[in-house]
Amino acid sequence: MRLDVVLRIGTKLVLPFMLLFALYVQFHGEYGPGGGFQAGVIAAGMVILYALVFGVARAKLIAPQRLVEFMVPLGVLIYAGTGVVTMLLGQNFLDYDVLDHTARHGRERGIFWVEIGVLVTVASTMIAIFYAFVERGR
Amino acid sequence: MELLINTALLTLLAAVTIGIARQRNLFGAIILAGIYSFLMASLLILLDAVDVAMTEASVGAGVSTVFLLAALHLTRSLEQKSMKTPVVPLFVALCVGAALVWGTVGLSPFGTPDAPIHQHVAPTYLTNVVKDSGVPNVVTAILADYRGFDTLGETVVIFTGGIGVMLLLRGSGRKRREEREGAEGKAGAKSENEA
Repeated sequence: MRLDVVLRIGTKLVLPFMLLFALYVQFHGEYGPGGGFQAGVIAAGMVILYALVFGVARAKLIAPQRLVEFMVPLGVLIYAGTGVVTMLLGQNFLDYDVLDHTARHGRERGIFWVEIGVLVTVASTMIAIFYAFVERGR
Repeated sequence: MELLINTALLTLLAAVTIGIARQRNLFGAIILAGIYSFLMASLLILLDAVDVAMTEASVGAGVSTVFLLAALHLTRSLEQKSMKTPVVPLFVALCVGAALVWGTVGLSPFGTPDAPIHQHVAPTYLTNVVKDSGVPNVVTAILADYRGFDTLGETVVIFTGGIGVMLLLRGSGRKRREEREGAEGKAGAKSENEA
């Protein structure tokens, strides 16, 4: 009956590595290729793959729809919020120099938060669009 | 060797493009579009644009293929034959293509270091990036630091796109129609009672 057992087990084996790779691409983006955008797409791809194989109902248990839709604007707010923080600390919008003791570390920290913002928005938008398509199909 | 790989990839790219244009079955067209993206990603790796190649592979081949398949799920999977022979569009496409090819004649040769694009801000970025921000990947530094405003705009674009799709596919449409039908049904029942 269940001829898709290879697909299911294979998916389960691949999923943790996809998440790990997404995190690697995210946090190693300063040193190697990648960054928030690519990492967000890979992380969303993990949820979408899970939804394709195990059904959307179970995917919504790991990525609840309300949380996903909450994260879509949250990422933009994190990005813009970094700019606002730099403004509050007395610099221009998105001028990261003041985020740490030295300008160099401040910039590294600024890039880190900005990339987090991109990751959050991209990943949640991709998942939300996928959910919207699936709901429409029912 | 690189010439050989480039030629092979570009030939395959052209073949896939013709395949997409000729394909009537939309499922086949979507799969071919995914193959196109992977070929494009390989080409971008050959051009040493690894960041772009990664984006192309994950977005172009991965997520867009899934979205297109999901969209196909909502429609029919066979493209209808067009009634007219597309003479005017073909003419426009040929003209634009010819203009683009003509435009490439004016470009400086491929990979020359003294091309205008390598003279403007790129040297400043390349020399200052590690000193300024301690981020060895220049692409990330430019995207998130030097061009932070652009990337903020891109993020907002993605946000807007997501919101738009959600509104189009979920917000209006079925739910409201059902509500309207429900209201009309109630109204109809009421008038019948009165009669």
